Amino acid sequence: MRYWKLLALLPLGFALGGCNLVVLAPSGDVAAQQRDLVIIATVLMLLIVVPVMAATAVVAWRYRQSNASATYTPDWDHSTQLELLIWAAPLLIIICLGAVTWMGTHLLDPYRTLGRIAADRPVTPQDKPLEVNVVALDWKWLFIYPEYGVASVNELAAPVNRPLDFKITSSSVMNSFYIPALAGQIYAMPGMQSRLHAVINKPGLYRGFSANYSGAGFSSMRFAFHGLSDAEFAGWIEKAKASGSQLGKPEYLTLERPSANEPVRYYSSVDSDLFRAILNMCVETGKMCMSEMMAIDAQGGMGMAGVRNTLPLAYDKFAARGAVFGAEPSFVVGGVCLPGDQVTRMAADSSPTVLAPLDWTPLQGRGLERPGLMRPSKASFITSPNPKSNS
Amino acid sequence: MFDTANLTKLIFGRLTLESLPLHEPIIIGTFAMVALGGAALFGALTYFRLWGYLWKEWFTTVDHKRIGIMYMVLGIVMLLRGFADALMMRLQQAIAFNGSEGYLNSHHYDQVFTAHGVIMIFFVAMPLVTGLMNYVVPLQIGARDVSFPFLNNFSFWMTTAGAVLVMCSLFVGEFARTGWLAYPPLSNISYSPDVGVDYYIWALQVAGVGTLLSGVNLICTIVKMRAPGMTMMKMPVFTWTSLCTNVLIVASFPVLTAVLALLSLDRYVGTNFFTNDFGGDPMMYVNLIWIWGHPEVYILILPAFGIFSEVTSTFSGKRLFGYTSMVYATVVITILSYLVWLHHFFTMGSGASVNSFFGITTMIISIPTGAKMFNWLFTMYRGRIRFELPMMWTVAFMLTFVIGGMTGVLLAVPPADFVLHNSLFLVAHFHNVIIGGVLFGLFAGIAYWFPKAFGFKLDVFWGKMSFWFWTVGFYFAFMPLYVLGLMGVTRRLRTFDDPSLQIWFVIAGIGAVMILLGIASFLIQIAVSILRREQLADVTGDPWDARTLEWATSSPPPAYNFAFTPVVHDNDAWWDMKRRGYARPLAGFKAIHMPSNTGTGVILAGLSTTMAFGLIWYMWWMAAGSFVALLAVAIGHTFNYHRSFHIPADEVVSVERARTELLAAGAKS
Repeated sequence: MRYWKLLALLPLGFALGGCNLVVLAPSGDVAAQQRDLVIIATVLMLLIVVPVMAATAVVAWRYRQSNASATYTPDWDHSTQLELLIWAAPLLIIICLGAVTWMGTHLLDPYRTLGRIAADRPVTPQDKPLEVNVVALDWKWLFIYPEYGVASVNELAAPVNRPLDFKITSSSVMNSFYIPALAGQIYAMPGMQSRLHAVINKPGLYRGFSANYSGAGFSSMRFAFHGLSDAEFAGWIEKAKASGSQLGKPEYLTLERPSANEPVRYYSSVDSDLFRAILNMCVETGKMCMSEMMAIDAQGGMGMAGVRNTLPLAYDKFAARGAVFGAEPSFVVGGVCLPGDQVTRMAADSSPTVLAPLDWTPLQGRGLERPGLMRPSKASFITSPNPKSNS
Repeated sequence: MFDTANLTKLIFGRLTLESLPLHEPIIIGTFAMVALGGAALFGALTYFRLWGYLWKEWFTTVDHKRIGIMYMVLGIVMLLRGFADALMMRLQQAIAFNGSEGYLNSHHYDQVFTAHGVIMIFFVAMPLVTGLMNYVVPLQIGARDVSFPFLNNFSFWMTTAGAVLVMCSLFVGEFARTGWLAYPPLSNISYSPDVGVDYYIWALQVAGVGTLLSGVNLICTIVKMRAPGMTMMKMPVFTWTSLCTNVLIVASFPVLTAVLALLSLDRYVGTNFFTNDFGGDPMMYVNLIWIWGHPEVYILILPAFGIFSEVTSTFSGKRLFGYTSMVYATVVITILSYLVWLHHFFTMGSGASVNSFFGITTMIISIPTGAKMFNWLFTMYRGRIRFELPMMWTVAFMLTFVIGGMTGVLLAVPPADFVLHNSLFLVAHFHNVIIGGVLFGLFAGIAYWFPKAFGFKLDVFWGKMSFWFWTVGFYFAFMPLYVLGLMGVTRRLRTFDDPSLQIWFVIAGIGAVMILLGIASFLIQIAVSILRREQLADVTGDPWDARTLEWATSSPPPAYNFAFTPVVHDNDAWWDMKRRGYARPLAGFKAIHMPSNTGTGVILAGLSTTMAFGLIWYMWWMAAGSFVALLAVAIGHTFNYHRSFHIPADEVVSVERARTELLAAGAKS
């Protein structure tokens, strides 16, 4: 029974021989603390796992059938003391681990600002965080530096020992922003912003990638992460500034189209509203920002007048929507009135006045008056989008 | 009225010649093989005039034993398909280095890993687990069949229909390219406009009907049909874990059905439950699917725990240690499995308090699981352990599963999960528990109950070959993945840029080849056992000197299982009967009331398949027609009054006399 267990250890032998176990030897303080948790948790569990494995092997060998000298008690099936022990031992370990987990989870919450730059160096008011806006595109990464007004594709740089404040979103599908040497990952989700606070302590070149499958080009969705000294980082910003290309909304819409294996690119200037527009899914001209829709919803919505909003809100774009009831793009209120209707109505109505509803189907928002005549609503549950949270 | 293009579209929906993978040599080759094999099988069945036999005795059967065996066959056949996918992935990942694209493009590779996950969970693990429960549970509780025998047949065929749809996607169209849980927005119509996700949805919906109904059926059976004297706390542990598993099925599969229905509404009629725009919330899908998905893990592992309990106690020749705490541990796991789903996506950014709550509930599950581990250990302690095949699998499980459990608890620590989530470490973890737990359990169960089902034991030599290839192969295939995970390598990658990773993928590939040999040995084992069935025969019906009721009857059991319903006085009922000098009744047999076979299950499942196919390809006439036919057949079946018959007392007498003679002959030799 034993020797295949030794075989299991063989890979570990190789590992010690020197491959880059970046998760166990990271270069950023957050990842290092996460590594410490990995090790603490493993050691705590080994306290019980090793004895169990050893006992299994010993018992299996000692009480084999051919060993007639071993005690045999066919009817022994209960012992209160042992029962107490076998429930208490894992319980104690889990209490310790649970306490460690509770603290570790709160201290290493990616949304929490950093308290320290390294084990021996707390964050001081002088350590102003570097904000980086991250957008996961199909299938490349866009990094915007609002402080410097520059941006890059598939290359991220940061000065060592300066807190980093990532604001992360995605343009189409879910990805996960992950630089193993720097800190744990967090999902990048369209229309939502996730946060990550981290710091890199050692200069060097590290790998970053998407850790959540996102479609055909997923494998090549990698980027380089440079940990640089302050001077080198200033140089890197200069290099980006010298590139001369601009990233405005039209350029972004081109960049956003699906492509894989994109080369590194720099932008010397970035539309300062771009990240907000990406996050609110309104980069395209004529699209309503989600923040605006949420503000309207917060007021109770606009009832049937809101029909005019559905086309500017349609966002998903890389394929024709193949809804079966009509090859035409179908919009939400298409369930209430015909899709074509809506476009004509929008074209006819360029004035800012609010139209009276043509359809008497009652749609109720909190701020709207109740119609006098109640009729069953066909589609009200899909006509009032929920505001999305920031997370 | 219509021009040709419109007419074609009306008839074939979006199915065109382009949908057939005629330009894909690998798939055409596979298709040719399958077609040849299928033709050979068809020819052979026709030549030997077996169709009538198969239809009358197997396809339309309502006997829980035969349905159980058919589930096992389905699971093993699909294992070959699922494992072929695994080998393809291992090969791709072992060669796609230094700028090489490997041999699979993303269109194929992404389908392969999706199909691998879907098939292994839904069409390998589920049928094998359901098959064992179906076979064993009624025998263990001394019943003659399940509560709803027709429903049982229908459930099996619905599961098969799902498998047929998945296989169909290989040759007609394509399968999903989304990963096995099809997270939106990727799986929504905007980003996956093709038929792949529709195949996924309808295969799971159709198979889900079967799973859910078989869950209802087994709960009813266990609750209502136990032999007199078998109180809840005298039920065998396998029956207990089956009960808990089926409670989980009944409580969680409707969630899967609902979430897939919402996704199909998004895809078919343009609703916005999970879209990016119009207030859709893809994260709601992720929550909902894991509210099903986590209990699903326990649906698979609990019956395996039950098998290990039976095997350990039987082969140690000893009562199970801590029966009561074993039962409570199972129930606690059942309840807790609903409180942990969020640990599958700590990285969504739910906030520290939510994450730590779900992390800690996850860890708490390890307490009853650990207690079970100790209970098996103390069952072996001071026993007389016979290392037959089932016991070998059990010891391998105990040593392997603790490693998987440990890495699982590690992943439940949210900050640790942030660095290991979606990595190959995670992949290694869940294969460690599913192979090391569920699959080893199933192999133990197959080796243990095979003689009950067929009247002869499995060949030991090939069984050992299979065992060693599987266990050693498992370690070679998955330990490197743990290492790769610690090297920060994420899952589902098709190409790699870091050449230092390659050696690990090569080792993992070697492991996969060893597992292939393990599967081959298993198939050879079955073939050899059938050839050597005379030498391996067991006439006693109790080849392992076992403890529970299923061993009280003959092997294979007669259609009616027990001529007289046994009376239970102890939780090791058969052990207790043997000890108290039980004598088989030899006279006084009466006619036995049994359910009749029916073809309705096959027809309903066939119509469900065509309906799903119509929906997948937008062939509305086919979908609507099948649906109407489905209703008509279902209603028509309610007018079938030939639902049961009596096995005449004479026949019972002659079956029992034959057994008496066999037992006497066995005792002499």
